Amino acid sequence: MIQALADGILTGAIIALGAIGVTFTLEIMRFANFAHSELLTWGAYIALVIVTFAGPGTPTGPLSFGWQLLAAALIAAVLTGLAAWAVDTLVFRRLRHRGALPLTMVFAAFGAALVMRHLIVLVFGHESRYYTRELQIAVELLPGVRMLPDQIFILGLALTAMIALHAFLAWSRTGIAMRAMAESPALAQVCGIEVDAVVRLTWIISGALAAFAGVFTGLTPQLHPEIGFNLLLSLFAAAILGGTGSLAGAVIGGFLVGLAENLSLLVISPGYKGAMPFLLLLAILILRPQGIFGARN
Amino acid sequence: MLSYLVFFACVVLILGVLTLGLNLQWGFTGLFNAGVVGFYAIGAYTHAILTAAPQPQYVGNLGLPWLVGVLAAMAATALASWLIGLVTIRLRGDYLAIATFGVAVSIQLVALNWEPLTGGAQGLTRIGKPLAQLFETPFGFNLWFLGLMTALMATIYWALDRVLMSPWGRVLKAIREDETAAVALGKSARRFRLEAFVLGSTLMGLAGALYVSFIGFVSPFDFLPIVTFQVWAMLIVGGSGNNRGALLGALVVWAIWAGSGVAVSKLVPPSRAAQGAAIQVILIGLLLMLVLLFRPRGLIGEAAVVSRHVND
Repeated sequence: MIQALADGILTGAIIALGAIGVTFTLEIMRFANFAHSELLTWGAYIALVIVTFAGPGTPTGPLSFGWQLLAAALIAAVLTGLAAWAVDTLVFRRLRHRGALPLTMVFAAFGAALVMRHLIVLVFGHESRYYTRELQIAVELLPGVRMLPDQIFILGLALTAMIALHAFLAWSRTGIAMRAMAESPALAQVCGIEVDAVVRLTWIISGALAAFAGVFTGLTPQLHPEIGFNLLLSLFAAAILGGTGSLAGAVIGGFLVGLAENLSLLVISPGYKGAMPFLLLLAILILRPQGIFGARN
Repeated sequence: MLSYLVFFACVVLILGVLTLGLNLQWGFTGLFNAGVVGFYAIGAYTHAILTAAPQPQYVGNLGLPWLVGVLAAMAATALASWLIGLVTIRLRGDYLAIATFGVAVSIQLVALNWEPLTGGAQGLTRIGKPLAQLFETPFGFNLWFLGLMTALMATIYWALDRVLMSPWGRVLKAIREDETAAVALGKSARRFRLEAFVLGSTLMGLAGALYVSFIGFVSPFDFLPIVTFQVWAMLIVGGSGNNRGALLGALVVWAIWAGSGVAVSKLVPPSRAAQGAAIQVILIGLLLMLVLLFRPRGLIGEAAVVSRHVND
C-alpha cells in the first residue's frame, strides 16, 4: 500500500512533466497535441545516442550513472525543444496561418505522432534499451517502502524543474507574456506581445520538459519506442484533471493520476493496467470536465 | 496475381465499409471518433465468439450460422456504441477524440486478456464463413466473397445516400455547420449526434464481422490503434463528407499500404522486418499531413449542395 503510494508519486512526477506541455499546447496553441507523447520518446532516445557515444559515466555515489547522463539529458532537452518547434514550423504553423480548425490540427498531430514514433523504430528497432547496465540496490526509506536511489534523484530533479518553471511563469516578462497568450491571444497581440516568439518558446519548454520525462522513464528501467505513446492517455488525464491552463493544475493532476494508476494495481489485474488512465480520464470528463482548478464557464 | 487482386479488392471493400461508418460520424456529423478500431473489434469478436467452431477450452465458440454472427455483431456494436455515446457524446471535439481513443485501447485490452472468451493473445480460429462448404479452393471462396461484398457495398452505399438525403441526414449537416441554429429550430443536437454515432459504429461493427469471416481467424493484434489512423487517413485523403471520396480513399491508402509492404519485403531483409513496417507507417503519417497541408478537401471533397428550390 505505502509502496504503491511511493511508486505513484514517482510515476506522477514523470506524468506531471509531460502534462505541463500538453496543458501549454491546449491553452496557448489551442489544440490537443496527440504528438506530445512522442516528444518524450524523442527526448529519451536523443539522450541514449549521446550516452552511447559519451558513456553513462562512472556511477556517482549510490546512483547508477554519472554527470554524463545528466548532461545528456540537458542536451536532449534542448534538442527535443528545438524538434518540437521544428514540427510546429513544418506542420502546425502552416495550418494555423491558414486558419485551420482545431480538429484539423489534431489530425495533423496524429500524422506527426505516427511519423515521429516510427522514425524511432526505423533507427533503433523495437528492442528494449538501457542507459546503463549498473545494478542498484533499493534503499528502505520507511518501513516497507523501497526506492532506488535513481528514483529518489529523479523525483528531486523533476520537482526542481517544476519550481523553476513556476518562477519563470510568475515573474519573468516572457513568462507573463505566455500566460497572457493563454488567456487571450488577440488581446496579447494588441498589447504588443510577439506571438511567434511566445509560440516558439512554448514549444521549446514543452519539448524540454517532455525530454526530461522521457529520460526519467527510460532510466526506470528501460527505453522502447512506445514509452511516450503508452503515457499518452495519462498525460491528457493529468492535464484535464488539473484544469488546463495552470502549471500547478498540471503538476497536481500528474501526481493524482500517477497515484491512482499505481493504487489501482492493488485491486485490478496488471493486464488491464493500460485501461486505468482511460477510466480515470472518463471519470474526470464526466464528473468535472473543467478540472479541479478550472472554473466552470 | 488475379487471386491477389481478388483478395485485395475484398479487403478494400471491407475497409470501405469502415470508412463509410467514419464518414457518417465525422464527415456528416462532425464527431471526432478516434476509437474506430474499438468498434471494429467489437464486431469482429462478437462474430468470432458466436460462429467459431466449438472448442472445450472456450466459453464462446458457439458454432452458430454466419448470418446470425453478422447480425449479432451489428447489434452488439450498436449497443456498445450507444452506451459509450451516452457518456461521451456531449464532450467537445478534442476531448471526444481522447475519450474514444481510450475506449479503443480498453477494448483491445479486454480482447487480449479475457482468455476464456476471446482466446487471449492466441485469438480464435475456424470462424464462420458464408457458405464456405460450397467452395473447394480458397480462390473460389474469395471470388464468391468479392461478389457478396460488392452487393453489400452497393446496398450500404445506396442506403446511406437515401439516409443522408432524408430530413434526418439534413439535420446532421445542419448541426455540424451551426449547432446553435439547429437547436433553435427545435432539433436536439445530442439526440441526432448519438444516432449518427451509433449508426456509424454499427457499420464499423459490420466491417469487423466481415473481416474475420473473410480471413477466418481473429487476433487482438489486428486491432491496434494504427487501424484507427489508417481509416482516418483513408477518409481525409479521399475527402470527408463525400461517400465516394471515402471509398476512393480506402482504395488509395490501402494500395499505398499494401504496395509499400510488398516493396519493403523485397528490399528489407527479414531480420529488419520491424524497420520495414515502420517505413509503411511513416508513409501513411506523411500522406495524412501532406493532404492536410496541400489538399485539405481530400481527393474529392464534399460537393456543395444547393436547395433545389433556389431558382423558384
